[in-house]
Amino acid sequence: MKITVNGDIRDVDVEADMPLLWVLRDELGLKGTKYGCGIAQCGACTVHMDGLAVRSCQVTAASADGAEIVTIEGLGTPAAMHAVQEAWVEEQVAQCGYCQSGQIMQAAAMLDLNPEPSDSDIDAVMSGNLCRCGTYPRIRAAIKSAATKLQEA
Amino acid sequence: MGRLKTFGRRAFLVGSVAVLGGVAFGAYVVRKPHDNPLAAGLKEGEAAFNPFVKVTSEAVTIIAPHADKGQGAQSSQAALVAEELDVELEQVRISFGEPSAAYYNTAAAAEIAPFMSFDESLTARTVRGALGAVVKVIGVMGTGGSSTMPDSFDKLRMAGAVARETLKRAASNVSGVDVAQLKTERGRVILPDGTELRYEDLAEAAAKIEPVADVTLRDPSQWRLIGKPMTRSDIVPKSTGTLAYGIDREIDGMVHAAIRFNPRQGGEMRGYDASAAEGMRGVQKVVEVQGLIWSKDADGAMTSRRGPIGVAVIADNTWRAFQAVDAISFDWGSAHYPSEMDGHWQAVADSFTEDRLDAEWRHDGDVEAALDGAQVVEAEYRAPYVAHAPLEPISATIRVDADGAEVWAGHQLQRFVQMKVAEALGLDDPEKVIFHNEFIGGSFGHRLEFENILTCAEIAKQMPGVPVKLTFSREEDFAHDFPRQIGMARMRGAVSGAGIDTYDAQVATVSSSTSQAGRLGQPMPGADSQIAAGLWNMPFAVPNMRMRAYRVPELAPTSSWRSVGASTQGFFGESFMDELCHAAGLDPLEERLRLVNNPVHRKVLETIGEMSNWGSPLREGRGRGIALVESFGVPTAEVVEVTATPQGIRMDRAYVVADVGTVVDPVNFDNLMKGGLIWGLGHAINCEITYSDGMAEQSNYHAHEAMRLYQCPVIETRGLENASKIRGIGEPPVPPAAPALANAIFAATGQRLRAMPFNKFMDFV
Repeated sequence: MKITVNGDIRDVDVEADMPLLWVLRDELGLKGTKYGCGIAQCGACTVHMDGLAVRSCQVTAASADGAEIVTIEGLGTPAAMHAVQEAWVEEQVAQCGYCQSGQIMQAAAMLDLNPEPSDSDIDAVMSGNLCRCGTYPRIRAAIKSAATKLQEA
Repeated sequence: MGRLKTFGRRAFLVGSVAVLGGVAFGAYVVRKPHDNPLAAGLKEGEAAFNPFVKVTSEAVTIIAPHADKGQGAQSSQAALVAEELDVELEQVRISFGEPSAAYYNTAAAAEIAPFMSFDESLTARTVRGALGAVVKVIGVMGTGGSSTMPDSFDKLRMAGAVARETLKRAASNVSGVDVAQLKTERGRVILPDGTELRYEDLAEAAAKIEPVADVTLRDPSQWRLIGKPMTRSDIVPKSTGTLAYGIDREIDGMVHAAIRFNPRQGGEMRGYDASAAEGMRGVQKVVEVQGLIWSKDADGAMTSRRGPIGVAVIADNTWRAFQAVDAISFDWGSAHYPSEMDGHWQAVADSFTEDRLDAEWRHDGDVEAALDGAQVVEAEYRAPYVAHAPLEPISATIRVDADGAEVWAGHQLQRFVQMKVAEALGLDDPEKVIFHNEFIGGSFGHRLEFENILTCAEIAKQMPGVPVKLTFSREEDFAHDFPRQIGMARMRGAVSGAGIDTYDAQVATVSSSTSQAGRLGQPMPGADSQIAAGLWNMPFAVPNMRMRAYRVPELAPTSSWRSVGASTQGFFGESFMDELCHAAGLDPLEERLRLVNNPVHRKVLETIGEMSNWGSPLREGRGRGIALVESFGVPTAEVVEVTATPQGIRMDRAYVVADVGTVVDPVNFDNLMKGGLIWGLGHAINCEITYSDGMAEQSNYHAHEAMRLYQCPVIETRGLENASKIRGIGEPPVPPAAPALANAIFAATGQRLRAMPFNKFMDFV
């Protein structure tokens, strides 16, 4: 199978039903995408597949074959962060941080489609991403701030 | 490479020691031997010197020994050193260091002592001191009980100050300029002519001299960092997916393991058939796992024996290991506790008896006399088992070698990890276990437990020389969590013309501390103060007030859950306080202000009243609730505002005020206050663990969800600094959340909620 991950075409030899999450983590060594629940309840494994936010624990390797995947590592780097990541740093969203890769990927995909989300848009789109530490107020603030940054860019 | 050693230089009040190409500094914390009965028992090399700052020609490294499970401990500890050392966090390396008795927690035991946080009587101080000594004896290097800041605040600033003054002395020796004319800034000593000497370049000179012992900590008015908004050192890595947690650790040649235990906690595995798993792709080995099988003897005491408890699969990929474990069929033995919840609740209800009285923690006035002939208000409350379920499932990586082992995992009791792994491997000395602590993706108490460590050690010893990473599936994490204590409270009270006159609380819970200590093989003599925590120390001077705690015999194994006893007892205590206020026809805030027994708690109440605009009119269908609970020495008040909508209760706004003595980082403080409130609210509305056929019925987050973003109220927080001691903020915001919400729902709807989770009784938007 050939999966384009963060711009690189990667050959993977795995079972057709191996979730993309484990292809990324254990086969390709991209650990920024997190395992939290395995059943699409927490959103920690969120990545972009052909521009849309998906739960990588629910995407099989076969269905990712030929797709373009972007993970948190491909969204931005510490030296060149995406606007959403910058906002996450400025608002100091993270506590344990384990859910934040997924939160950031979900937020970035939302802002791509909806550059000026309302409060209820944010509530609707982000409520599939669980944060056990309770950083929700900061996630809301960071999305607003990222939206402004992206508008100005 | 780069391992910091401990040094037995008890003669020095403070010390420095040469390390490879540099120097390490620490604050000496054990008093003179004759003042400290423990010092004589310490082995050479233990506890006498605790290095927190290492300076080499390459870098300044700050050792932050407290575990970081998301509370920002690593960054906050480093900031305390940096405050005095005159470095910026982005200039230094920060490390968890290696386990050492030198890093024992000076503050963890203080709050176990049964005294009000503001009680500085001789008895209180003596008992706190004695408990502190116990912690020193076992050299516990632990993180928990909101103790990181109390433990670190003076110690780490002192370590920074000693390092700074010694580096200045070294600079003076190198330059010939008098020390008094030297300044320090941004990791450099600055000479009067403007020449800057980097600390790294002074390492060699500093290593040659005696450390400067005569240092004083800066006055708070001079603080550059403390009390001002900081940027956490982990914030960029955590926002870019570049921070490696324990579950992300990669070691050369590593294999992946998955485990299936008896879903009846502590039960035996009677047999299994792994033939379907053995041929699956990537599977390298199937191994039986031994552990403790628990039973109850005739007297109800817990006993354990070693035997088979589950099976692990070792594969080349985590998912393949998960799949293969699913393909094994098992024959499971029974559990030592009732198989259905009715049996658990019955055991709790049956524990309000003289012979199960753990302690009478408080009796002011005369409750029996006061209730005699009075119009008695009575209520019974319940709190269920609840899971920790941190988002990072528990994991560990261990390589067993010929003469020891190396462990990579996130844990709050670092020295115990070494001891437990040594025990599992039959090693004679815990020092043969090298432990690398990892960043933790949430704990809430789960990382005080050892299932991940012990099981990984049992598997790794069957794969000598091969690093084995054990990852619990989310389902296995839920099935084998040790949840919060289950409990009930029976309350009685009476009101007079003046207000609340009598408050009689009886609480019965299992002892999570005893359950936890039992698994560690540690005795827990005496009464368990957590059974009464948040209740016996209610800061109210009700004329007749009694608090009795009953110990329920052990049921399902339980453990410390964020804020421990106060997470349930705070709900009981402050809900009933509200009931009595309403029975007396009094405003819940006004009556608490009338009864509050000290100025620090009074100020917390006054502040929450101002912030929440308490007393201002609300529309029909809306309501406000208040609660004040002290836990871990921190008085915390919360107000929740709700609206009863046709779809259910909506949480609109919430306010949190806590007094921690000194707020180190207002940004992180605000984040943790909000997080604690959200934790308390979310679990109160929709979480419980229930057992059926001896197995937890909740297997994943769909059945144990807590709060999601759309439900989160708008929250305002404020930290006060009137208390005399610095305290932590990880746990204290949790206990007032459930009662504040229940009290708000009563105000909005007239319906009194006396059992969690609340969604059994009403819907939430």
